[in-house]
Amino acid sequence: MDAWVSAILSGVLLGLAYGLAAIGLNLIWGVMKVINLSHGAFIALGMFAAYFVFHSFGISPFVSVILILALGVVVGMLAYFVALHRVISAPELSTLLSTYSLSLIIIGLGTFVFTTNPRAIDVGLGSIKLFGAYIPASKVLTGLYSLIFTAALYVFLFKTWTGKAIRAVSMNMTAAQFMGVNTTFILSLSFGIGIALAMVAGALIASVFPFTILSGGIYELKSFVICVLGGLGSPLGALAGGLLLGLLENVLTLKMPVGYVPFIEFLILVVILLVKPSGLLGKE
Amino acid sequence: MKKGYTLFWLVPLLVVIAAYPVVTHSVMAREIVFIMLMYVSLAASLNIILGFTGYVSFGHVVFYGIGGYTAFFLMHKVGLHVLPAVLAGGIMAALVALLIGEAVLRLRGAIFAIATIGVNEAVKSLVTNLGFLGGATGMFFNFKIYRAYGGAAKAIWFAYYLMVAVTIVTVVVSYLIKNSKYGLGLFSIREDEDAALVLGVNTKRFKSLAYAFSAFFPGLVGAIFFFKAGNIEPEDAFHLVKSIEMIFMVMLGGYGTVSGPVIGALIYERLKGMLLVNPLFKNLHMAIAGFILLMIVLFAPGGIVGYLRDKFRKLRGVLE
Amino acid sequence: MILKVENVTKMFGGLIAVNDVTFEVQEGEIFGVIGPNGAGKTTLFNVISGVYFPERGKVFFKGEDITKIPPFKRARLGIARTHQIVKPLNELTVLENVMVGACFGKVNVGLKEAAQIAEDVLRTVKLDDKAEVLAGKLNVPQKKRLELARALASKPEIILLDEVLAGLNPSEVDEMLEVILDIKNQGITILMIEHLMHAIMKVSDRIVVLDYGKKIAEGTPQEVANDPKVIEAYLGDPELALKLVKKEGTA
Repeated sequence: MDAWVSAILSGVLLGLAYGLAAIGLNLIWGVMKVINLSHGAFIALGMFAAYFVFHSFGISPFVSVILILALGVVVGMLAYFVALHRVISAPELSTLLSTYSLSLIIIGLGTFVFTTNPRAIDVGLGSIKLFGAYIPASKVLTGLYSLIFTAALYVFLFKTWTGKAIRAVSMNMTAAQFMGVNTTFILSLSFGIGIALAMVAGALIASVFPFTILSGGIYELKSFVICVLGGLGSPLGALAGGLLLGLLENVLTLKMPVGYVPFIEFLILVVILLVKPSGLLGKE
Repeated sequence: MKKGYTLFWLVPLLVVIAAYPVVTHSVMAREIVFIMLMYVSLAASLNIILGFTGYVSFGHVVFYGIGGYTAFFLMHKVGLHVLPAVLAGGIMAALVALLIGEAVLRLRGAIFAIATIGVNEAVKSLVTNLGFLGGATGMFFNFKIYRAYGGAAKAIWFAYYLMVAVTIVTVVVSYLIKNSKYGLGLFSIREDEDAALVLGVNTKRFKSLAYAFSAFFPGLVGAIFFFKAGNIEPEDAFHLVKSIEMIFMVMLGGYGTVSGPVIGALIYERLKGMLLVNPLFKNLHMAIAGFILLMIVLFAPGGIVGYLRDKFRKLRGVLE
Repeated sequence: MILKVENVTKMFGGLIAVNDVTFEVQEGEIFGVIGPNGAGKTTLFNVISGVYFPERGKVFFKGEDITKIPPFKRARLGIARTHQIVKPLNELTVLENVMVGACFGKVNVGLKEAAQIAEDVLRTVKLDDKAEVLAGKLNVPQKKRLELARALASKPEIILLDEVLAGLNPSEVDEMLEVILDIKNQGITILMIEHLMHAIMKVSDRIVVLDYGKKIAEGTPQEVANDPKVIEAYLGDPELALKLVKKEGTA
């Protein structure tokens, strides 16, 4: 029984963090129709940012995330102008490759500087007893923070002028342009926010699991699965997809060899793309 | 599509490169040229679906892995000779392409790309869990297997000649496709699939066939590579980075052209070789590759051949 | 009778784009399709060329039921079309674009013969000087002619023209009308959607009028122009109504 409670709680909490990374991917796809193949690299960058702030200044990731969020927006906007602006209306191949080359550059430099040795952040907060199961506090905080960031994103997208402009661009770029929206700024900002969410998710996950500079790739693939589960382009769907994937991962392993979990995840990815490309939870 | 003279220099170029290790009896040169030719074949095959048809098969390495595993299994567990085993590897890869193509080729653009990554990762994790394929550690040849070919040394040369043959066939087939009516149909799909359909192109069958062609040769290549290596494991056979390398070579040389992927592959192999032996660049080769790729995508999307064709219109007959 | 549309209904979600439309097109005639914006004209073309399958009703081509067969097979049978929003194969040359029509359409020939046909057709539509240019580099009126050339190169029995005159200046319109009449003289049946009233009134043998997906009138240009139901439908679109009334006499 305890095993089940702990699996479900872990699933929900980690699922929220996976969801947060996936929301970033989804926002970028929704607004600019770009599949961001550098998402994993930025997740890893977030992990290392949290790691260095923690080890240099002793600041916990749960504090430094705010800094990382801001850093992410700036880095993401810069990345947009470097790698995407020129090819934003070119065929998909161009944006797939330009974001992938970003990923190669980041991971390549990262490997050069940090090597591929595993690292971990031990925040030393102990465990919390929840429904009769002991859950590491860092996991609980990770889930909680992910929820807060998601809520904040929603408030931003629906309540602020800039947020509304982002949604307008995602619905109809030309129309938004006619209404006086500075689309270049909105596109770069959306990419910035998407990247920031990836980095924040990375920072939070780094407080739970050990990682290397290459770890981002795994979470990027998870983000794809989540986006497809929840519907490409739908931020709230990504949260639900994240929960679903988190639960799947943690509960399935109680009943089958761990090795089969990725197989099931990618099978789900391919099957959903084929059967219902709008996503399991998406609209028709 | 004007018939040109591209093959008249492209095939001799490959033959000269392939002959160098044979003439010099250099094992080191043979190892380099083997990889070079492998890259040429992989890039030229990917180009059929990516460059001719416009479908970004991001997980294309899956066919290399499937060919490798099929042939390795047949040689290792069934005791088949390398020739039928390699052929079986290619056929298996093509069949799988037809089968999954039926499904994934309905998707377009970036969604297709993601689906092919999903397919590769799913197959990789499946193979990792299959006991009869050796699971995560894979399979190793018993060295006795090489006796049938007159010992390990001779077997490796045999693998080399096989690779030479497959590479030249790949390039010739890609040329023939491009200059055929079928090729014109593929290019019309690349440019506008809906328009092609209304113009009378059986888009579904054309795409499936292109996917099968572009899977067949990587299947052969994978089979030969792992025969020569003597062992196979999921992480090597389905390594996504190899997919990216293929795309890189196609883009560098010029996608949609016949000579582009060949030139891209030759340059990439040399570039990688030079970067890897340099102690400073050894750890930076990924970042440098990324930087070059970004420059191509942003400033020369036609690649080297595309650029030359633009600049020197007279060269078009020989630079297809 | 070469083409018959029988009780065709096409819906998008809850929206009825084409509602129970029936008409017949005779061999060799120019058959016009008019109606206010959003009347379902292009959707009707998409049903005839096979891009959409209708929810109800049937489409017959030379007596054969083609309602359920895919677009490429219809092209083989001899149905060709142009698109309102042009669809050039940008990175192929103009000549290659037209060759695609000949290679995969009704004539279904090899590359060499297709090149021959393409050169002839390009002369007909006056694009022969652009044969080696990439299609993406053409301007819009040229792209419209390319659409037409591609359709013609397939040697169709019937050709569907979706607003080939839109966006052309008056002298270009006259030139295009000449080309259209020339096509008719080759014995090819023409089904055309057009907003330019005086033009379609001038060249059509018969006209069908759609409004909100429904057929509201059918007949010769004169009959249609004097039909009170048609005038009423167009009153919702005052500009078009004006054109209808003004040009009717000069037709």
